[in-house]
Amino acid sequence: MTNIEIRISGSGGQGIITAGIILAEAAIICGKNALQSQSYGPEARGGASRAEVIISDSEIDYPKVTAPNIFIALTQQAYEGYKSDLVEDAVILVDSSISATANHQQKLYQLPILETAQSKLRPVVANIIALSALVRLTSCVSPEALEQAVLARVPRGTEEMNKNALLAGADLVDSLS
Amino acid sequence: MIKPILMQGNEACIAGALAAGMDFFAGYPITPSTEIAELAAERLPARQGRFIQMEDEIASMGAIIGASLTGRKAMTATSGPGFSLKQENIGYAAITEVPCVVVNVQRAGPSTGIPTAPAQGDVMQARWGTHGDHPVIALSPSSVAETFDLTFRCFNLAERFRTPVILLLDEIVGHMREAIVLPAVETLELVHRLRPSGDPAKYIPYDAPLGASAPMADFGSGYPYHVTGLTHDREGFTTAKPSEVEFLIRRLASKIEMNLEEILQWEELQVEDADILLVAYGATARSARAAMKQARGKGIKVGLFRPMTIWPFPEEALRQVAIGKQVIVPEMNLGQLALEIERVVHKDITTVTQVDGEPLKPDKILAAIYNLAGTGKGV
Repeated sequence: MTNIEIRISGSGGQGIITAGIILAEAAIICGKNALQSQSYGPEARGGASRAEVIISDSEIDYPKVTAPNIFIALTQQAYEGYKSDLVEDAVILVDSSISATANHQQKLYQLPILETAQSKLRPVVANIIALSALVRLTSCVSPEALEQAVLARVPRGTEEMNKNALLAGADLVDSLS
Repeated sequence: MIKPILMQGNEACIAGALAAGMDFFAGYPITPSTEIAELAAERLPARQGRFIQMEDEIASMGAIIGASLTGRKAMTATSGPGFSLKQENIGYAAITEVPCVVVNVQRAGPSTGIPTAPAQGDVMQARWGTHGDHPVIALSPSSVAETFDLTFRCFNLAERFRTPVILLLDEIVGHMREAIVLPAVETLELVHRLRPSGDPAKYIPYDAPLGASAPMADFGSGYPYHVTGLTHDREGFTTAKPSEVEFLIRRLASKIEMNLEEILQWEELQVEDADILLVAYGATARSARAAMKQARGKGIKVGLFRPMTIWPFPEEALRQVAIGKQVIVPEMNLGQLALEIERVVHKDITTVTQVDGEPLKPDKILAAIYNLAGTGKGV
């Protein structure tokens, strides 16, 4: 399969849509095709929020994610709401606060994303920590492309904090082994 | 090399409009077209353009007609019920031959329907939404990059044929983000309406043969003339004289009919050896392309005919391509363009329709393909 389907979810205000845009931009920097879409409407206000990205080496036909290979959830509500159609061997990355299960073919990673953001940086960079961890786990884009995409998108003056968030995300994965 | 960037469909619409020289936008924001108005408000003033948020969609349409009469390249954008409200003034622009671009990011209807959900239910409204026989050009893009291209083209066609041109986007293409390589501005060919020269006293504002429009004077440029939605003669004054009325209405229609080769645009994918032909447009064409590839992978010969010009419909091209093929038309409506396609190919067709507010998935088209091919899913 040449398409990688990624679903990023959490609650409104966690920068979920921004994370989707950054990941798609990183994929384009890597010379791949990418398409980002998101959920709108009442469900996007306050409650669960969802951004989806398709990364491909070829032309992307159907623009919506139908069977995610990669799933990020930062809240229990988002996890419950958006886990149903994952592929058999999906990579699942959730915050440690979430109680999650996976079948034997799926790879489940529970990392203290929100706590790391809260205690070491700022809550607002939880999305960047999650993206960095994801890239460390799956190599769906290169870490250099991710950094370039992050720095191009975040507000001026927050570059250092976001660089630290990228380091923190990778460290969370490395500390697993 | 110019690098691709990530852009939203609605943003590509504004980028295409600005590249085409849009210097006036009037609108009333409505989901899922709101980003178009937002970006027009942000970008036009910096380019000495004008943005006006009007009190409603009717006034917005009136404002772009007025702006165009003064020589501006004008656009409005709307969705759902907003498109209904614009219809009366679209007819006014058609009969007064005022170039303008109307973007409709289709959402689920009728009425307020589902503001955030995709649909393609305005295809027939784009053709016949305003009353009376009138010319219409409507284009429908399937990708972010094509949204740029077709918006740009809408302006050129509007200027060339002095007529309102509709961009039929849908919520899926309008809201998604994908890679686009923006063309260098100097490579783009801009069309400007013909303007009169010579003695203003001898200017006849609607003096044109069939298939054409007269040069159009900017209001305030010293060529006074009369503009009315009533049926008018060559001078622009009201007439009910049957020969003059008939000539005007036929001339308006002939501007499109006699210039089809300049207007029609479509894409053919793998049609040469196809036994089954999918005909799809907008976001649904991408579902069709996915289904086509999957079916081909199973040895079923499927092709895709994708009109980018919806109105006028590329009937001669489709008629030729459809010979000897079974035709499937997937649409996010109850079968609107299918009616036109059935008329054109003159045989029974299969429709795949959906009106649940969700995108039409490739699997649904694939099921119709398997059904026609007489095979089960296990092929």
